[in-house]
Amino acid sequence: MTRADKTEWALIIAFPVLIAAALLLPSWMVNYIQVSLGTGLVALGVMIQMRAGLVSFGQGLYFCVGGYAAGMAGKFLGITDFFVLLVLGVVAALVISIALGFLLRRYREIFFAMLSLAVSMILYGLLSSSEGLGSTDGFNLPVPTYLFFAPEGDAARMTLYALTAALTVICAIVLNRVLRSPLGMINEAIRENELRVEYLGSSAHYAVHVTYVIAACVSSIGGVLWALSLGHVDPEMTNWTTSGAFVFVVILAGTGNIIAPLVGTFLLEILRVYAVELSPNTWQMILGTVMLLTIIFLPKGLWSLMGRKPKAQGPSPDGAVQPGE
Amino acid sequence: MTVILETRALKRTFGAVVAAHNINIQIHAGEVMGVIGSNGAGKTTFVNMVTGYLPPSSGEILYHGDSVVGLPTRDITRKGICRSFQIPQLFAELTVIDNMLIALTIANGARPALMRRAVTPELEERAMALLDRFGIAHHAQREVGVLAQGVRKLVDIAMATVAEPQLLFLDEPTSGVSADEKMDFMGTLIAALKSTQTAVLFIEHDMEIVETFSPRVVAFYEGTILADGPTAEVLANDKVREFVIGGEFHRKSETEGGVH
Amino acid sequence: MLTAVAIAVDGLGFAAWLFLSSVGLTLIYGVMRILNIAHGGFYALGAYASAWAIGLYMQTGQPVALAFLIIPVMAVLAGTVAGLLIERGVLRFMYGRDEVLMVLVTYALFLILEDVTKLIWGTDSYVAWQPAYALGTIDIMGIPYTGYKFMIIGVAVVCGGALYWGLSHTRVGKLLLVVIEDREVAGSLGINVTRFFTVTFLVGATLGALGGALTAPEISVVPGIGAEIIVMAFAVIVIGGMGSIPGAVIGALIVGLARATSVHLYPPAELFSIYLVMAAVLAVKPYGLFALAEGRKI
Repeated sequence: MTRADKTEWALIIAFPVLIAAALLLPSWMVNYIQVSLGTGLVALGVMIQMRAGLVSFGQGLYFCVGGYAAGMAGKFLGITDFFVLLVLGVVAALVISIALGFLLRRYREIFFAMLSLAVSMILYGLLSSSEGLGSTDGFNLPVPTYLFFAPEGDAARMTLYALTAALTVICAIVLNRVLRSPLGMINEAIRENELRVEYLGSSAHYAVHVTYVIAACVSSIGGVLWALSLGHVDPEMTNWTTSGAFVFVVILAGTGNIIAPLVGTFLLEILRVYAVELSPNTWQMILGTVMLLTIIFLPKGLWSLMGRKPKAQGPSPDGAVQPGE
Repeated sequence: MTVILETRALKRTFGAVVAAHNINIQIHAGEVMGVIGSNGAGKTTFVNMVTGYLPPSSGEILYHGDSVVGLPTRDITRKGICRSFQIPQLFAELTVIDNMLIALTIANGARPALMRRAVTPELEERAMALLDRFGIAHHAQREVGVLAQGVRKLVDIAMATVAEPQLLFLDEPTSGVSADEKMDFMGTLIAALKSTQTAVLFIEHDMEIVETFSPRVVAFYEGTILADGPTAEVLANDKVREFVIGGEFHRKSETEGGVH
Repeated sequence: MLTAVAIAVDGLGFAAWLFLSSVGLTLIYGVMRILNIAHGGFYALGAYASAWAIGLYMQTGQPVALAFLIIPVMAVLAGTVAGLLIERGVLRFMYGRDEVLMVLVTYALFLILEDVTKLIWGTDSYVAWQPAYALGTIDIMGIPYTGYKFMIIGVAVVCGGALYWGLSHTRVGKLLLVVIEDREVAGSLGINVTRFFTVTFLVGATLGALGGALTAPEISVVPGIGAEIIVMAFAVIVIGGMGSIPGAVIGALIVGLARATSVHLYPPAELFSIYLVMAAVLAVKPYGLFALAEGRKI
């Protein structure tokens, strides 16, 4: 095992901080943290693909697959165990992403963006017209149990929250290592010049496929956690506009550090709550404007304002939104 | 000397255009050879076919006696045939050292590991040693995109050598290098490669460089081989003088006119 | 047999609507290399503008015939105003940037357009059924079809024909084709590429708005229709080959027939069928049926 770098220490410290927050902050705030940890994991899935120059406009697919797999296991099989639901969600995403990866790994740039969108909309179409799954309304999830432990009320909320925080931290650490691994480096190289990667002796298709599957699994974990904390799933999870929001977060936060999209997701969630209340019809306009300004003035995202070069981040401290050639 | 690469009746067409035909060539272990010929004579097409970038329309490519036709580029690289590019193919937004680290990482394993840290002090040391060999160690921390063409060329060639190939194709290594620096540039290059036992085939338009650095020359004309043999003989060949070198002089004056 | 006819007629109807809604997208991509997600916004703007204007007009009690004129007028108005603002205000500063970056930019513009539409027309639904109703129905083998459907097919044919004629018989059109085919050649011929961009973008935006404006009388215009159309338009142009106008015709026919088949035989698979066809086409032709040529790298 390699030693933890600064980012990983920050993540490890974040766990007790998150737990403390749950005890100190008002419960509505804790709810937002919990929900945004779930969606934050999907943003991480978008981010690691973006490091390879791939913009997924359909990451909601795996967010939804995770949520629905857990939900359907609860609804039809009566499974309530958190860990079983989690594993089922990840396995579903694993199987689907391995299969779809054979198609998508051939594509780059706008084709990848739009085809990932298209496959997520297939699921959207299927779920929206499945009466058994509540069509566009979706359905509710069971209250999860934990092995032989079935907490209620505050204890139930706290258990789910703590597990959500722990899983997010673990996923982020794992992904941070992936970014610094040979695969992570090859992804940077694919973003810059795929022809050279092939001429150096590596299969870009393989690296893209593996990255796609990893992103899918992380996103599905996010989906399970999000669905369990809201107790509900619906097809909007895989609508392309949902995926667009994940892309938005990563553009805004930047791809320089694994923590950035997590923090970005949370801030956006809080912002959204207020903005939607104050002026529901201009929320998207604000998002769009902020996104334009970020692309024009801060192409490497808000994280670049932190002003430090995270050298431990693998070969490139930038890795910003300049995908492909 | 053992033959490491042999092509038999290699042919490539693009629609009705015959880019290369009847190419029969034998390359021996460790030898240095120059390839001359005007633009469009089929030189790069030949390299593209041997390295798996372009499938030949017909013909055979034998590497150590085994056919490599149909193999993807990456597999051919892994077998020990590497190349550099006329236009350097680099990771422009990354630093020189990162470019080398990526090349070394890939050379270390075909299937990338997921959790192991890629950059180790040992790997960095190897990357620096390679850069040092090509005389560009002082550029290590600079972003590739901002470097001068000559340095980019060297990075490109250095990256092609990390896997310690048995056969290395250099596609116009001195193009983009200024006329008075070409000799020194090529000297550095050939010296750096001498220590590796690599067979080197370089495409070159400057006859002085060809005469200085390669004992053997292959002349391409209109998609096929016009002459192949010891440098002095090939350069004295009437047909070569008429069709290839004559064309080169013509081309040279054009290039100096700033058309390149 | 009856089903087959129904599928054919409905398929043609869908195809006409899809062609109108997506040809602007493929035109803009072909010439400018911008995959314009904001195209969905133009569609929605056109739909709202025309539904709103028809509603106002019908309140005055005038004859419905003039309402048909409102549709193209509002489409041109919406397409030109929004197109001009976006092209001159934002996009022209970003020409030549990475294609993926441009997708993100136009996605941001799409989000802005969505809210602009909401700010102008609110979130209530608009219905402007009068023109669709006015054309009555036509019976084919006992199945009644709205005359309006055939009018849309007619408009699609006219628009497609006009585009074809414009591209193959006018100087500007021929130059545009050169730009689509080979940008480098276009540059070396001394064509001022950027000047064509404004024109192309306005034409593309207007076509998108026209798609929406023509659909308005058939549907209830509600927020979100822009997000829906962009996904389908994308399927159409990917099947045909992005940037290819003949491709958009073929793509629209394929998607239209697939959707009609599904609607008649197995409705739940409606959306699914579109992408199934797309996946099938891409499995054989990875960049669509009429993919644009890519330049060689080495």
